[in-house]
Amino acid sequence: MKKLSKTTKSSLITYGIVVFAYIFCEIFMRTGHMSSLLKGILVPLCVYVVLAVSLNLTVGILGELSLGHAGFMCVGAFASAVFSKCMMETITVPTLRFALALLVGVVCAGVCGVLIGIPVLRLRGDYLAIVTLAFGEIIKNLVNVIYLGVDSNGFHVSMKDAMSLQMEPDGLVIIKGAQGITGAPTDSNFTIGVVLVLITLVVVTNLVHSRTGRAIMAIRDNRIAAESIGINITKYKILAFSISAALAGAAGVLYAHNLSTLTALPKNFGYNMSIMILVFVVLGGIGSIRGSMIAAVVLTLLPELLRSLNEYRMLIYAVVLIATMIFTWSPSAIGFRERYSPAKLFHKREKGVQ
Amino acid sequence: MSFVSYLLNGISLGSVYAIIALGYTMVYGIAKMLNFAHGDVIMIGSYVAFVAINSMGLPIPVAILLSVAACTLLGVTIERVAYKPLRHASKLAVLITAIGASYFLQNVALLIFGANTKSFSSVVKMQPIQLAGGQLNITGETIVTVAACIVIMICLMAFMKYSKAGHAMLAVSEDGGAAQLMGINVNGTIALTFAIGSALAAIAGVLLCSAYPSLTPYTGAMPGIKAFVAAVFGGIGSIPGAFIGGILLGVIEILGKAYISSQLADAIVFAVLIIVLVVKPTGLLGKQIQEKV
Amino acid sequence: MKKLLSLAMAGVLAFSVAACGSNDTPAASDSNAAPEAAEAEDAEAAAPAEGGVLKIGGIGPTTGGAAVYGLAVMNAANLAVDEINAAGGINGMKVEFQFEDDEHDAEKSVNAYNTLKDWGMQMLMGTVTSTPCTAVVAKSAGDNVFQLTPSGSAVESIAQPNAFRVCFSDPNQGAASAQYIGENKIATKVAVIYDSSDVYSTGIYETFAAEAANQGIEIVAAEAFTADSKTDFSVQLQKANEAGAELVFLPIYYTEASIILTQASTMNFDPKFFGCDGLDGLLAVENFDTALAEGVMLLTPFAADADDAATKSFVSAYQEKFGDIPNQFAADAYDAIYIIKAAAEKAGITADMSASDICEAMKTAMTEITVDGLTGAGITWSADGEPSKDPKAVVINNGAYTAM
Repeated sequence: MKKLSKTTKSSLITYGIVVFAYIFCEIFMRTGHMSSLLKGILVPLCVYVVLAVSLNLTVGILGELSLGHAGFMCVGAFASAVFSKCMMETITVPTLRFALALLVGVVCAGVCGVLIGIPVLRLRGDYLAIVTLAFGEIIKNLVNVIYLGVDSNGFHVSMKDAMSLQMEPDGLVIIKGAQGITGAPTDSNFTIGVVLVLITLVVVTNLVHSRTGRAIMAIRDNRIAAESIGINITKYKILAFSISAALAGAAGVLYAHNLSTLTALPKNFGYNMSIMILVFVVLGGIGSIRGSMIAAVVLTLLPELLRSLNEYRMLIYAVVLIATMIFTWSPSAIGFRERYSPAKLFHKREKGVQ
Repeated sequence: MSFVSYLLNGISLGSVYAIIALGYTMVYGIAKMLNFAHGDVIMIGSYVAFVAINSMGLPIPVAILLSVAACTLLGVTIERVAYKPLRHASKLAVLITAIGASYFLQNVALLIFGANTKSFSSVVKMQPIQLAGGQLNITGETIVTVAACIVIMICLMAFMKYSKAGHAMLAVSEDGGAAQLMGINVNGTIALTFAIGSALAAIAGVLLCSAYPSLTPYTGAMPGIKAFVAAVFGGIGSIPGAFIGGILLGVIEILGKAYISSQLADAIVFAVLIIVLVVKPTGLLGKQIQEKV
Repeated sequence: MKKLLSLAMAGVLAFSVAACGSNDTPAASDSNAAPEAAEAEDAEAAAPAEGGVLKIGGIGPTTGGAAVYGLAVMNAANLAVDEINAAGGINGMKVEFQFEDDEHDAEKSVNAYNTLKDWGMQMLMGTVTSTPCTAVVAKSAGDNVFQLTPSGSAVESIAQPNAFRVCFSDPNQGAASAQYIGENKIATKVAVIYDSSDVYSTGIYETFAAEAANQGIEIVAAEAFTADSKTDFSVQLQKANEAGAELVFLPIYYTEASIILTQASTMNFDPKFFGCDGLDGLLAVENFDTALAEGVMLLTPFAADADDAATKSFVSAYQEKFGDIPNQFAADAYDAIYIIKAAAEKAGITADMSASDICEAMKTAMTEITVDGLTGAGITWSADGEPSKDPKAVVINNGAYTAM
């Protein structure tokens, strides 16, 4: 066997962690040693891991701050849920239906990524952040007012209410405005989630380690230098941004098929969610794919494990968030850690990823 | 006539956004960080004023002063505890602690004051002015908010231009490292910025709740985001920009609701923001930063 | 740092696995999940008169923007449980009640449901808000756990056979409001201000609009607001005013309604206002000028200042314990616990029954009982889970509700 390069080894370790976690969970689930809470939260964990890894592509690899990631998730979720609900009778094999829905969701989110990326990526820094936030909010607002129905005459769309769809009596209202979509098939499960996580990891790690990935990182590190050696900045930026959006769409598909109801509330598709994903990325280490993955898992489980604290739960969560950031990033804390922690023993690289 | 009336409502809402945006833009200009907790400082300021007026029975000016003092203290404390240790860390790290601080303040308020809505009685005791035979109605709150906004804006600009501390702020915002070499106390200057920004938040909170009298632990969150948008709209870091951005945002929101669709009001506001930024990437009055090669 | 995080994660995983190591398969975990439940069972074998412990779970938002509703439900349910326990419990069983936060989010709500399942919940009183309720009902139907929602009002919230509710459904309220306005000839030109990003509000608005056409009511303006722009309502009010509305229908919650009433008064716009049960609580808003609410009509099943003994004792007990006046959510939750008691007594539930057996027995018992509660007298249920009670129309007169 050929000697593996360092990067390949690192990606293999990442895949290994996922596969190991999957086997570990499956064993516990099969032998009946897993709590209902953990069983229920497995699919959401996959959703957040995919989201965190895909946002890391924009924030860590491309180096642009995006606060609208939940918007792409929303597009993927609604597009695929509409598809699944329409096809519920036609395609009866859940896995096939999910695979097609996934395709629909990913394509829709990816196209949105390109459309939004073209104007947005001209901007830089905080201006870009606020425009992505604006896009996320626009998508949420639009989804909340769309009424979509289907009957023998085809699709009907309205922005007013369900009555103005003017449907035949046999019609089926698919999206009921703010009431969202109910009764879409719950096709996703843990295995599908893990497969999706692996696909995301393969896509992202291969992109990062490819010629394209190096070009993207060159843009991040020094835009002007990258431009001067002939890298097409717009092309690579849009490429990275739309791949990130498409993967967020995939996470949305998984999310939409996990519960029997799908609504666009500020909580799940608003800027709060985008910020939550950003927290995963920053806490896991900007640019570190494995870190995003782990941070997404830990931060999703944390509020659940704090349930016994009752009303102090979210307060403690906020404190943990601030404390972790200071512990990870503050220069004095880094110094303290390097001097006293056992991590020093296997510490090779220099800290302070920018 | 209804157009003028909508316009007045827009200016009224916009002046509230503007006054919050002034605080946002001050902090951003000098500390170069998006202080997501600003909206929640506003909420705490309103609660302090509410308790001072309704439970302690203090006169309104004393209550406002108390609220300003409490917010200043709070702002400086948050800066010292949550932001200062990260002064030289990645900007994103500070953004996340700001979000943590925002969650923290919301949940503290929820524990102390409860989730029930409180109705804030207006601190403005002025009668509304009726024009054009009662068709146009300008409330006292509108007049006071717009006036307060203009006064604060002028004061801030004068402060930046003529005072020594203002010069120090400009220097820190231009180049923190060089400012330090020139003997400017950078940490002190940033703390002062937070103090001023938070004092403005207290005034904004009292005026926000006077005009729209419902107070919950989440009152500050959305106006905070809108004010952030307003600050970016006008060119973040620019004091007159924040004022113009705030007023325009309010007017667009109201006119969008009135003439296009009340369901899509948010989408319209954000769409206008995107168009402005695509045409003018640093906002209306933002400085074009020339990149050095 | 990565290593540190990985360690932390390993710790977290180990903790969660260890925490549930004592659990069996989900089917069995219903009756003997926790050691003390197993002990209780042993004790029961020795002294059957004791009755054991019945575990009732509750879910609702206690943090986040909807916290006011979840907290009201949690407090009132705790109050009812304490009363029941003091009076000897249900069939001699002591009731244990645990309430979990869902932040008004469907996914968090399912997490809360699973947490309760791990705790050994035998029945569910929840969830408080509609969308999470729809998600949880799908799960509880799969597990066959009896669910009674105090306030999940969307049609889909009780779509499964195991789910019942205490409050009115949204369509029911929308249609009833339109009928009431039409039949009593209160107004013919009506404006609606509703929250287009909220399930409850849009649900009522839609059926109201459909029924209004049958009642000869003309909807002259239908203006929306969203969760993100609910500070200012001047445009909506002005449009209603210009359209010549005699009545403004408000299928929204009282927090926004209090701003609408204030702004309408500063604009000198003085139509009639008509609302649904969401408006209840308006008068209890701290420091609210109740003169603004003068003449507001609402269809609500509960009025905190009603004269009957049950309401009086509930309100005074609640106020003494939690400091504020209970709203309609609290009343629904208080009723929900007593409804569970009535049905459990009818069905002869014992503590050692599995959640699934309890559910089957309760489903039958629910259709047979008649309950006099705070939110209605002689309430009965059909098999689809809907309560039959008449909405009471009240009008605010001199800062208090008066029957119309």
